[in-house]
Amino acid sequence: MTGRRATKLDAITLSVIQAALQQVCDEMDLVFSRAAFSPVIAEANDRSDGIYSAEDGSLIAQGAGGLPVFVGVMQYSTGTLIERIREGVTAPPEPGDIYIVNDPYLGGTHLMDVRFAMPVWRGGEIYCWLSNTGHWPDIGGAVPGGFSASATAVEQEGLRLPPVKLFKKGVLDPEIYAIISSNIRVADQRIGDIRAQAAALEVGAERLGEVLDRYGDETVRMAIAELRLRAAAQMRARITEIPDGIYRGEAYVDSDGVVNAPLTIALAVEKKGDALTFDFSGSSPPCTGPMNSVLATTLSSVYLAMRHIFPEVPLSAGAFDPLLVKRPEGTFLDARYPRPVSGCAAEVSQRIAEAVFSAMVKALPDEVTAAPAGSSGNFALGGHDPARGRDFVMYQISGGGYGGNARHDGLSNGCSTIGISKSPPIEVMEQAFPVLYRHYALREGSGGAGRQRGGFGLAYEVELLRGEARASFVMDHGRTGPLGALGGADGAVNTVTVWRDGKAHVPPHLSKEQDIPLHAGDRVSVGTPGGGGYGDPFERKPELVLRDVALGYYTASQAEALFGVVLSTDGSAIDEAATARRRG
Amino acid sequence: MSEKSGAESGHVVAGIDVGGTFTDLLLVDGRGGGSARVAVAKTPTTTENQAHGVVNALHQAGVPAAEIGLIVHGTTTTTNAVLERRLAATGMITTRGFRDVIELGRRTRPQAYGMTGTFTPIIPRNLRLEVAERMDASGRVLELLDEEGLRAALRQLLDAGCVSLVIHFLHAYANPAHELRAAEIAREVWPNDHITTGHSLLSEAREFERGVTAAVNAAVQPILERYVARLSDELKMLGYRRDFLVMNGNGGMISAAHVAREAAKTVMSGPASGVMAAAYTARRAGVENLITYDMGGTSTDVALVRGGQAAVSNEIEIEYAMPIHVPMVDVHTVGAGGGSIARVNDAGLIEVGPESAGAVPGPICYGRGGMEPTISDANLLLGRLNPRKLLSVDSPVSVDDVKGVFAEKLGRHMGLDAVEAAGAVLRLANIKMAGAIRMVSLGKGHDPRDFALFAFGGAGPLHASALARELGIPRVMVPARPGITNALGCVVADLRHDFVNTVNRPVADVDLDLVRGVLEAQRAEGEALIAGETVRPERMEYAHSADMQFVGQTHLLNVPLPGPGVDRETLQALFEEAYFARFKVRLPEIRANLVNLNTSVIGVRPEIDLATLIDPAGRMQRLEEALLERRPVWFDDAWHDTPVYGRGKLPLDAVIEGPAILEQLDTTTVIEPGDRVTMDDDGNIIIAVRSV
Repeated sequence: MTGRRATKLDAITLSVIQAALQQVCDEMDLVFSRAAFSPVIAEANDRSDGIYSAEDGSLIAQGAGGLPVFVGVMQYSTGTLIERIREGVTAPPEPGDIYIVNDPYLGGTHLMDVRFAMPVWRGGEIYCWLSNTGHWPDIGGAVPGGFSASATAVEQEGLRLPPVKLFKKGVLDPEIYAIISSNIRVADQRIGDIRAQAAALEVGAERLGEVLDRYGDETVRMAIAELRLRAAAQMRARITEIPDGIYRGEAYVDSDGVVNAPLTIALAVEKKGDALTFDFSGSSPPCTGPMNSVLATTLSSVYLAMRHIFPEVPLSAGAFDPLLVKRPEGTFLDARYPRPVSGCAAEVSQRIAEAVFSAMVKALPDEVTAAPAGSSGNFALGGHDPARGRDFVMYQISGGGYGGNARHDGLSNGCSTIGISKSPPIEVMEQAFPVLYRHYALREGSGGAGRQRGGFGLAYEVELLRGEARASFVMDHGRTGPLGALGGADGAVNTVTVWRDGKAHVPPHLSKEQDIPLHAGDRVSVGTPGGGGYGDPFERKPELVLRDVALGYYTASQAEALFGVVLSTDGSAIDEAATARRRG
Repeated sequence: MSEKSGAESGHVVAGIDVGGTFTDLLLVDGRGGGSARVAVAKTPTTTENQAHGVVNALHQAGVPAAEIGLIVHGTTTTTNAVLERRLAATGMITTRGFRDVIELGRRTRPQAYGMTGTFTPIIPRNLRLEVAERMDASGRVLELLDEEGLRAALRQLLDAGCVSLVIHFLHAYANPAHELRAAEIAREVWPNDHITTGHSLLSEAREFERGVTAAVNAAVQPILERYVARLSDELKMLGYRRDFLVMNGNGGMISAAHVAREAAKTVMSGPASGVMAAAYTARRAGVENLITYDMGGTSTDVALVRGGQAAVSNEIEIEYAMPIHVPMVDVHTVGAGGGSIARVNDAGLIEVGPESAGAVPGPICYGRGGMEPTISDANLLLGRLNPRKLLSVDSPVSVDDVKGVFAEKLGRHMGLDAVEAAGAVLRLANIKMAGAIRMVSLGKGHDPRDFALFAFGGAGPLHASALARELGIPRVMVPARPGITNALGCVVADLRHDFVNTVNRPVADVDLDLVRGVLEAQRAEGEALIAGETVRPERMEYAHSADMQFVGQTHLLNVPLPGPGVDRETLQALFEEAYFARFKVRLPEIRANLVNLNTSVIGVRPEIDLATLIDPAGRMQRLEEALLERRPVWFDDAWHDTPVYGRGKLPLDAVIEGPAILEQLDTTTVIEPGDRVTMDDDGNIIIAVRSV
C-alpha cells in the first residue's frame, strides 16, 4: 500500500473497521471460553485470540478479554510459523488446515500455552491469520500442571510441539492427536478444549469474512495498514508527554528454584522524542532453574506493562512500534534451548512488568503505581484421598496488594498483573479436596506505607485432613517485597511456612519448593505480598491512618512507626501534638 | 386493614414505576366493560422519598385512589441505596478466620488493564466479627457454635449502632443448623427483625457471593421496609386501603408486606419490569423471541426473551465485585446512552463513550451547561430529533451552538463539517452498540433471523432499525408507549417465585426419583407462597429446567425440561441438542453432568388489553392526516426530505416506507430508508428492516 492511498480512507470508515475487527476478536474470546473444558480457560480466561498479518504475523487486532500476558505474544509465534512455511521447514497450509504449536523458543511462552493458527483465505490467497492461545491444564513432563520448580531442561517440563497441522482440510488428524493424548495427563478432556479452540478460530473466520464482504478486501487491507500507523501515533503522542531522559527501574526474582540466589532485572528506559527504548542489559545471566524468560515473553511483558499504563491505546502492532526493546542477549530474559522456562509466563513476566513500572513511575508519577504484589501465588497440593480412593491435584492461586498511586491507596488482594482470573472459593476447594482452611484473611500490616499506601495481601492456612500429599510452591517476592515508589515503603514479603508434625519448615528458597511431603494434620501457611507504598508515609493524612487503625489494617504502634501518627491511648483519636512532634 | 383484591377484571390496576428521572404511572381501568380505559402520568422522581413522586403521579392520573383495585410498584430505592452506598448500619458475624471474605473477594481488579481502582466492602471491617464454629463441606459439625462468643459479638455490634445483621457461616448451604441457632439467639437481643442468614437467600457454595448477597440484603432491608411503610401510609391517606405489590428482580411481584424480607431481590427490579413488559407485549403480537433494547441517557439495558420467557440468571453482578446471586432477569447493561460523549483520540479516530455527560450537565442540547458532543446531540444535528421540541423557547442553546461544538471538537480534527461529524458519531455508536449487544445475546449461539429487536426507553427507537440491520435482525418492534414500558411491566407482571437446588451428579448415575422429588418440592413451595398473597392469580404455570455441563466443564448450559418426571435418555438428549445448538460441537466421548435443578412457579394474572394504550379516538383515517411536517434528515451520508408523523394519529392499517420519523410524547422512532412500517392491533410498530 502507499501512504497516500491509505489516508484516502476517511476517519469514519477507519473507526468502523477498527470496531468490526475488534468485535471479531472479542467473539473468538467468547466462544473459546464458553466452550472450553479446562477451568484454566473457561473460568480463569487463560487464553487469547487475535488477527495477524499474512506478511509477517504482526498483530492486527486482539480480543479485549484475553489474558494480559498474551498481549502481542502470538505475533511472534505466527511470524515464526510464516517464516518456516516460507523456508519450507513447515508444510504450507491448505484451506481448512489449523496448526498447533507450543515451542517456547519459536515465539512462545511456557509449554502449557498451546497456540492454534489458521489462515483466512480470500480468493485462493492467505488474507491474514487467526491465532489463539489456551493454557492447557497439563502438557506432560515431570509434574502435573507443568510448573516444576526444579526443572533444569525444557524436556523435563513437558511435550514440545513445533508447528504441525492438527487439522487437515477441516478434519482433526487422529495421528497427531494420538501423540498428544499419549503424552499428557487427563487426556480425555482435552478433546473438548481442542474443539473449543478450533471452533473459536472458525467463528472468527466466519465473522471476518462478513466484515470483508461488507467493506471490501482492499478497503480493509488499507484500513489495517492505516490503523497500524495511527496506533503508533497514539502511543507516540502519549510518550511525547514524558520528559526526555533515562529512567531506571529494577525488580528481583527470589531464585530460579534450583540455585538459591536472587536474579536481578535491571532496566534503563530511555525516552527520546516520541520513542522509548528498553534496555535490560546488566540483568542476571540465564539461570539453571525454570525462571528463564524467552524473548517473546519478555517483549510481551514490556507491552503488557505499557498497556497497564496507557490502557486506551488499542492492541495492535502499531502501538508497539514506538517501544523499542533491545534484545537482552546473555541474560535470563532471552533464554535459548534447552533452558527451562515454566516460570516465565507466571512469575518472570510480572517481575519484568514491575521493573517497567518502577522506571516509569519516575517518568509519569501521576499515572503509574508503585509495584503490585505481582505473583500468581501458585500453591499445588497433590496426593491421595483415602476416603474417596483417588488421587487429586489441587491448585490454590492467590492475589496480593496493589501499589499505591497518586490518586488512591492500592487495591487489596488484586489479581496477578498478567492475569484477570478469579481465585477459587474456599467452599469449593473443601468440597473437592481433603483440606480444611483454618483462616483466609486480609494480611494486616502488609501494605507498604506511603502517602497512598499499598493494598493488603492475603493470609491463609490450610490443613490436610486425610492421607498423604506433596506440597509445591511457585511464588515470588519472598526475599524483597514489591517496591515502594517516590518515598513509599516496600510491601511485605511473601511468606510460606509448612507445619509438619507441629514443626515449622520454611522453604530454603523462601517462595519456591517442590514435593514437600505432608500427612494428615499438617498445615501450610501462606502470606502474600502487600503492594508498594506511594509517596512519603509521613505525608499521609492522619485521619486516614486513624481509619486504617480502626479497621485493624495497622496497629497503633505501626501507625506511629510507619506513618508518624500518634493516637490517643484508647486509639480513638489523633494526638495532634504528638503527631506533629513525631513527624517533625 | 387489607382486603382481598379478588379477580381483577372489572377493576382498576395501576402500575407505578420510579425511574432515575421520572416516576411513571399507567392505569388500566377495566370497569364498565368493553375496551379498557387508560390513564398515564409522568412526574419527576422525588429522590429523597420516592413516595412523594408516587403520590404526585396518582394525583396527576386523576382517578381517586379509593377506586383503584390494585397498585403494583417498581422502585429503585434499594438500587440507589447500593449504588450510592447509602446503607443501613449493618453488622456481620462470620465463622472464625473468615470475616474478610467479603472484602477480599476473589482477587480481581476493576478492569483488565490499568493497575488502579478501588473497592469498598458493603460492611466495613470493624463491623465484621467472628465466632468459633465450623462445618465441613458435607455439613458435618467440626466445631460447635460458641454461643457465649456470639452473644458478646451481638452486643458489640449493637453498641456500634448496627440496625441490621448478617450471619454468614462457611458451608451453611450444606447444613444451616449453626446459622439458624445463631439467628435464634440474635432474635433474643436484636431490637428488630432485620436479621439475614447467608443460606436463606442463596443455598449454594461460594462464600464470597453468598456473603455479599446476604450483606446487600441486610444493608437495604431497613431502608426498603421504611420506604414501603411510608408509601403504604401515603396511599392510605389517599384512600387506598389494600395491600400493594412490589416488583422483584425476577420479573414477578410480591406483596409489599413481604418484600423487605428478601430485599436484595428488588435491587435489579427496574430493568426487569421493562423486560417483562416487552415479553408480554410481544407475546400478544405472536412474537416469542426478542432482544430487548432499552436505551436511556447514560446506559442501555439488553436482555434476551426466548419462547416468550425472559432469560433468568443467578449470577448477576451489579457493579465491580458486587454479585447478587439470586434468580433475576438476566439484564446486561451496556455503557452507551444518549449522553455518551464522542471525541477524537490521539490517533485521529472517533471514539464514542465510555464517558457520559449523564443527566447533568447532560448533552449540549439539554441546555444545562453540557459542552461535550454526545449521541443525543448528533441525533439533533441530523434531524432525527425535533429541535423545536428539544430546544424550548427559553433554552440557552441553539442548533448552531451544537453545530459549533461538533465542528470544533470533532470535525476540525478529521476534515469533516459538523453534520458529517455527527453522522460519523452515530455510525460508530451504532456499530459499537451492535457489537456489545451481540456479545451478550446472539454471541451465545442464537440465530439473529429468529429474533425481533424490541426497542424502548427514551432513545431506543431512535437507533433500533440501524442496530437491527447491523445485527442481521429482520424486524424491530416499538411498543405503543415506549417511555412507560417499566410501568406497563408492573401492570402486566405475574406473581413469580424461582428456585434453584444443586444436585451435581453425572446424568448416568443421578437418582431420577430425587430429581422428581426436588422439582416437585420446588413447585409446592412456590404454590404455597403464592397462596399466601392477597392477589389471586387466574391460573398457575410452571417452568422446570436443568443447568447442565459435560463432566470436567465449569460453565453451565440451561436446558428446559418437560416436567418433573424425566428419564435418563431424555435428559442426555436434551442436553446434547442444546449444546450442539449453542456451540456446534458434539462430544459423544464425554459424559454429561446435572448440576442444578430449577423451577419457576408463576401465578398468571388476567390478561390486560393493550389496544387502548394509544387512544383510538386520536387515530386519523388516512396517513396524510397524521403528517406533522417534512424536514431534512441525514441518512447514509446525505440529507433526505423526510416525512414526520404523529405516532398517535397513525391509522392502524397504514404502511410507511422509510425514510420517516414518528414522533410521540415519550420518544422518537427513526425509520431508515428502505425499511417498511406496519402496525398490529395493539398499535405496536413493526419495522421490516432492509438487509445490509
